[in-house]
Amino acid sequence: MVIKNGSLLKDIYKHKLDYFFILPKFILFIIFIALPVVWAFFIAFQEYGIFETIWVGLTNFRDVLTGDLFWIALWNTFRYTLVVVPSQVIIALILASLINPLNRKAQIFFRGAYYLPTVTSVVVISMIWRWMYNSKGLINYLLSLLNIDAVNWLGSSTWALPAIILMSILTPPGVGVILYLASMGSIPESLYEAARIDGAGPITSWFKITLPLVKPTTLYLAILGTIGSFQVFAQVLLLTDGGPGYATTTLVHLIYNSAFRDFEFGFASAQAIVLFGIVLFFSFIQVKFLSSDVEY
Amino acid sequence: MNVKKIFLNIAKGTVYLILIGWAIIALMPLYWMFTTALQLPDEVFSMPPRFIPTVVKKFFPLLLEGKREEAIFLLTESLRSIRVLFTDIGLPRWFLNSVIVSVTATLGILVFDSMAGYVFAKKQFPGRDFLFWLMISTMMIPGQVTLVPMFILIGKLGLKNSLGAVIFPPLAMVFGVFLMRQFMKTIPSELIEAAKIDGASEFSIYWRVILPLSKPALATLGILTFMAVWNSFLWPLIVLNKDYLYTLPVGLKTLQDKNLVDYGLLMSGASIAAIPMIIVFLFFQKYFVKGLTLGSLKG
Repeated sequence: MVIKNGSLLKDIYKHKLDYFFILPKFILFIIFIALPVVWAFFIAFQEYGIFETIWVGLTNFRDVLTGDLFWIALWNTFRYTLVVVPSQVIIALILASLINPLNRKAQIFFRGAYYLPTVTSVVVISMIWRWMYNSKGLINYLLSLLNIDAVNWLGSSTWALPAIILMSILTPPGVGVILYLASMGSIPESLYEAARIDGAGPITSWFKITLPLVKPTTLYLAILGTIGSFQVFAQVLLLTDGGPGYATTTLVHLIYNSAFRDFEFGFASAQAIVLFGIVLFFSFIQVKFLSSDVEY
Repeated sequence: MNVKKIFLNIAKGTVYLILIGWAIIALMPLYWMFTTALQLPDEVFSMPPRFIPTVVKKFFPLLLEGKREEAIFLLTESLRSIRVLFTDIGLPRWFLNSVIVSVTATLGILVFDSMAGYVFAKKQFPGRDFLFWLMISTMMIPGQVTLVPMFILIGKLGLKNSLGAVIFPPLAMVFGVFLMRQFMKTIPSELIEAAKIDGASEFSIYWRVILPLSKPALATLGILTFMAVWNSFLWPLIVLNKDYLYTLPVGLKTLQDKNLVDYGLLMSGASIAAIPMIIVFLFFQKYFVKGLTLGSLKG
């Protein structure tokens, strides 16, 4: 044992330069990620105050799970995710399938057009949509062309959440299109050739070849999308601030309010940890259901 | 044969129709932002909406007709809200803050992540895999979990209400280490061996062999980091509470809070925040694509 330890220390000493190369990143990682993560779990069991911090055990978690607000926020977040993630994945899949056979120039053009809106800040995009959703805004004008009455998009509890959902769906899934295109580009042409010889039409070969072979991308996008959707925040803050009432309050909006408007740090941390658990759970479910026959 | 050709053309036409239609839906909000920003103050709420701002329609015709003063008056009126943003509201300062924060964080990330990525990819040392996976496993944790402790920590470090509060946390992001390692693994080890035989020191191998070969990955990581920091919102919103420290997204949020229905002003501010990223994207599109595809590979 002693000899082994000695040789390990020697080994470490021999590689001291390697550790030096990691050191700056590792220090930053410890201070700004590892420490806060561990700390979050402590705070969740505390009543955090400026002058005094007391341990309260599971009280914060109990308050989170027995309060109405958490369940309202969870339900809103869930509805948002349930509509937005599948829509975005399907739209990305369809658009990529249509772009894939085009020539190189057209591919680059459409890929760029769909990705462009996603490089601008979600704050900017949300501000634009708030303006378009104004009662005298662009959307109601377009509806009036179809003889549909003006809708009070952001001010009514019926329409506020659908409005936020619609914005997310119509903001193109640029990342998805790019990843699907990359994935489709790596499918060998010979597979399609063989299918053609066997008499399969383009639709059949799409279902039998393309769809199964891009499944890893589908899984990746579904998980990434779910994690992102469960954290939806800026759209909510800028479009409705959770209102009217609590019609559009989402989990992260709730965490933000608890922590930085009410300064209930322990309560907010408990909410964040519950959110983490939910995200983990859904990622796990998706891996379970979608990856059963994925080959890497 | 002919029928088949017609059918094929119809199919092709439909495909283009769908793709172009969706591109219009995708780009419409951005177009509408720029349009509103350039409209005259009393034009913003006009019904039906004007899809081409008066200034765009009339500026050059007026000039050609020799009505120079009228043309310039129209232009200054249309750019009124941009002038307000630059003089009465501290938008240039927000812009500068965003530049400082994004550039500093990006440079830091490039140096630290390429150093760490290099040894994780090319070196054998005790604890290497443990350290790597320890860092990578935290990528799963949603940022909100660390929000409260980070807020307290930043206070204790004395960084609250300083730009450091929004520069340091992004430097710890581990995505770049993963990306650099993935890329550097593809650099042949023989090159490193050869440099070693030539008597190159560890540092000069990193500096003269690895970094030049990693340019594509560095460009990709640089652009993705720049975009992430430039657009980041929740964290700066929490730690920056002084007007002169706001980054653009936070500044825009307070601008909206104070001018709820002055859409001309809001869209002008949004345009100024959006333009740099749009330019970066148009110039470096291939690196965005590469970054996304490289980042999704499995370790």
